[in-house]
Amino acid sequence: MIMLKNGVPVGGLSHPLGWMVKTMPNIAVLVKRVPDTIAKITVVDGSIDLSGVKWIISPYDEYAIESALQHREANGGSVTAITLGNADCDKTLKDAKALGCDELVRLWQDGWESLDSNGVQSILAGAISDLGSEIVYCGKAAADTDAGSTGPGVAEKLGWASISNVVSVSFEDSGVEALVPVAGGQAKVGINFPCLLTIDKGPNEPRRPNVRGIMMARKAEVNLKGGQAPAATISVISKSTPPAKPPGKTYHGAENVPAVVQALRDEANVI
Amino acid sequence: MSNVIIAETKDGTIHPGTAELVTAAGALGGGITIVVPAGDDSPAAAAAEISGVERVIALVGDCFATYDASSWASAIDSVSPAGNLLLSASADGKDLGARLAARRSISVVQNVIAIEDGNVTYPIYSGKAHETAALSGDAVITVRANTFAPAPGGGQADIGIVNQSADVATAVREMLAKASERLDVAEANIIISGGRGMGSPDNFSQLEEIADVLGAAVGASRAAVDTWEEIPHSMQVGQTGKTVNPSLYIAVGISGAIQHLAGMRTSKYIVAINKDPEAPIFKHADYGIVATWEEVLPTLKSELQSLLS
Repeated sequence: MIMLKNGVPVGGLSHPLGWMVKTMPNIAVLVKRVPDTIAKITVVDGSIDLSGVKWIISPYDEYAIESALQHREANGGSVTAITLGNADCDKTLKDAKALGCDELVRLWQDGWESLDSNGVQSILAGAISDLGSEIVYCGKAAADTDAGSTGPGVAEKLGWASISNVVSVSFEDSGVEALVPVAGGQAKVGINFPCLLTIDKGPNEPRRPNVRGIMMARKAEVNLKGGQAPAATISVISKSTPPAKPPGKTYHGAENVPAVVQALRDEANVI
Repeated sequence: MSNVIIAETKDGTIHPGTAELVTAAGALGGGITIVVPAGDDSPAAAAAEISGVERVIALVGDCFATYDASSWASAIDSVSPAGNLLLSASADGKDLGARLAARRSISVVQNVIAIEDGNVTYPIYSGKAHETAALSGDAVITVRANTFAPAPGGGQADIGIVNQSADVATAVREMLAKASERLDVAEANIIISGGRGMGSPDNFSQLEEIADVLGAAVGASRAAVDTWEEIPHSMQVGQTGKTVNPSLYIAVGISGAIQHLAGMRTSKYIVAINKDPEAPIFKHADYGIVATWEEVLPTLKSELQSLLS
């Protein structure tokens, strides 16, 4: 029997004559809506005022989308963009659609406002299982938290292999080869499906949407799904402005270099 | 309550940040065990000498030759007792920490910079704000380097050796060596970075000469990386590059765009060298020198040489 998920055969097609038909990958990409990285962040009474902030797709997720689209262009298949968040995040998904993603999935239900990493990862892993994806791309970290927990955490929940901080990807029939930084240089690392890659900035600049993509995105449908999430075991109690650094000393002119070097030794004790 | 530290090793020794993790675990309260995953048990001895450590587990397995997320998580999880897990907030530490938390269905908190009354504080929005959270139950915590003082030596913890490996899911097919043997900015305790104000990538050789005197890494701003293809992205410090936390950061010809500050503002001491007195970097510098790099760098090099040699 042939199992189809989103029109894509799952696990390979075994033909009665014995030859294998190459399957086209079911690709997913995780995206997050974040405040623009140049936005001014103001803390008011222990919480952050995000009104008036421009929202964007997290920059590393744009690199992840680029890798997912290149994967489809190389080997066929489809790319599903997935996000977790309220209705404001539909715009984020439509931005992903405008870049060329095929399907859009938003995961949300009431009560998911204060999820912890475990909750987020459980929900995402469940959705990826339902989709039957073979490979998941996501940014190496979201610009708002810079945590980088979601990719490896989702892979662990799925029981999948993963590689983090990938700078470029070559696509193969049964997996991918990832270029990653390691001590002393870079390594080419092979990994088989199913797998998850977190993507760092690399040589492939993310594409920008074209007019046709933007028109397609307007009509695109977002598939809304809920699910089960474990209770959080962490609760945010406050946000604060980082303590201001005491003002430094400014010297005018290169003749002050010896004084600065002496201060680095005597005051700062760092050399 | 108990705390389990997962130590990183390099060249057969534990990472010096392990002693900082012991201080962080002390702030959480409770016993401290260090797990030292490695190809053999030799790095465990140094972990046992850190004061305040009750027990060391030398976790020996073939899979620990190179970092592989799923096999490491599986092997380390199976030997680590219940409790908080603490790791360094390095690239591998954050990755492994996230996996261990997911495996145990507990929360992971990355980049922690303070622990007080059982609450953890970490930067958000590239350090433009801090967030403090209360933990109810065990959590995985990754700790930023250089934020906790290292625990002193003099300890004599028992060392248990456990052989435990797991199937490696990834295969290193080829190693591409870096052009130079220079330290990576993510690992360096002193960094000297250049921006577009350096005028040309050739002039980075002057930064390299000073880096050699200091044992420092050479970094770059995004503007420099984007402008000159000779400056690789691996050198980039900032929001779309590396976040660094060295004890000394020297910014040369870098104006201090918010993207750059995001990656280095928590450095313990910042020196800024820029000809523009209005450059934003001076607001974040402990020591600012308003002058051209052409004037400053030769004197800086000779002063450092006479002090350090």
